[in-house]
Amino acid sequence: MAAASVVTDAATEVLMPGSEDEAIAAFGDGAEVVVVGGGTIVLPDLTYRRRRARKALMLGGAGLAGIETQGSRVTIGTMTPVQELVDMPAPLGPCAANVADLEIRSQGTVGGNLCAREGYEAPRGDLQSAFLALGASARSAANGDVTEEPLEDFLPKRRERLLLGVSFDEPAAGAFAGLDRPHTHDYTALAVSGAKGTDGTLRLAATGTGSWGVRLPSAEAAAEDPVAAGEAALEDVSPHDDALASAWYRTKVLPVLVRRVLDELKESA
Amino acid sequence: MNLTVNGITHGVDGRELATLLDVLREDIGVTGPKAGCHQGGCGACTVLVDGEPRRSCLLPAGYADGTEITTVEGLGTPEKLAPIQQAFVHHYAAQCGFCTSGMMLAAHAYIDRGGTDDHDAIQQALGGHVCRCTGYSKIIDAVAAAARGDSFDLTTTAVGKYTTMATGGGE
Repeated sequence: MAAASVVTDAATEVLMPGSEDEAIAAFGDGAEVVVVGGGTIVLPDLTYRRRRARKALMLGGAGLAGIETQGSRVTIGTMTPVQELVDMPAPLGPCAANVADLEIRSQGTVGGNLCAREGYEAPRGDLQSAFLALGASARSAANGDVTEEPLEDFLPKRRERLLLGVSFDEPAAGAFAGLDRPHTHDYTALAVSGAKGTDGTLRLAATGTGSWGVRLPSAEAAAEDPVAAGEAALEDVSPHDDALASAWYRTKVLPVLVRRVLDELKESA
Repeated sequence: MNLTVNGITHGVDGRELATLLDVLREDIGVTGPKAGCHQGGCGACTVLVDGEPRRSCLLPAGYADGTEITTVEGLGTPEKLAPIQQAFVHHYAAQCGFCTSGMMLAAHAYIDRGGTDDHDAIQQALGGHVCRCTGYSKIIDAVAAAARGDSFDLTTTAVGKYTTMATGGGE
């Protein structure tokens, strides 16, 4: 008996590349391609017919998973499971630990999390704030062209390109603060990440204040005074209502999270 | 693709993008994994893939090609229940039973990883599993007992409980 709840594979061309080059070629210009990382976001969309896949690019065998460190430079492959980040230093480790539960973190991927489209109930890119705070760069491909650019430039066009991996320099200090989730299945309603580079550069970023994670430059500029920085952060965001929290609530809580992150960074300095 | 489910290898074609849950239930006929929410929120569909717990409703079947899959049917036999199954029986950790297979497989993997009877750690390990009967206390007691390596005489479990309740000991 055929499965009733899933778009039949007969209607979908399933592409299973065996290498990065094959993945880039299979992605092409990305038109009508649904990229399947771990599947934790895409599969429910297909199951409930919220999306149709004419081409499904399944990256599991493309060799795009793994964490490499060369000197202070860390490179994380797009198919690396989120769980593998949990023991990394803040902000990435605690941010990753705040994603779903053990089973889903072990299956969901860094690339899938970073590139997830806005959800029907909430923004989904839990890891975006941590990688933005780390000043990460994104290596991606489209039309056979591979480029590397700042993650904040990549995020707005994340649906048009195939993310291959992210890189960043290990920070001198990091911090993460997020709202507790009522259930492990919930996405992060609001979270703030901060990192101080070895050159003293401070970056702050938020997840849950819009369609994707954003830097908080006004808060960074006011960082010497954590309370003022928290209020300044509101200039950098456009909070929204969704099923997890109202815009009003996000506006009230964001300054608190910014202050906590800055206090934690000061303590760790 | 080839899926080895509870020791038996099945050839399945053209279903790489289907959920492992659907392939197990609809193609292979293994119905221990339950289709609860079909979006990763309840844990009723959890199976072991090469020993690691995975939500089968979120896993494309193609990613399970060549793996060893264990469902609740493969944990033990009616004559020789696995320790976690014995613990669930002894501690009355199943009510309606819908979440039970997922709970037990996640718990089995937790204990296999060296998990202890620490209740906080058990809650973390089972945090994505929902019991619609809200029987969490007994479930956690059962997992803790199995993690400790308690032994159970299931022939007296019911009698002992009923005796305790009948004599006013209660629960």
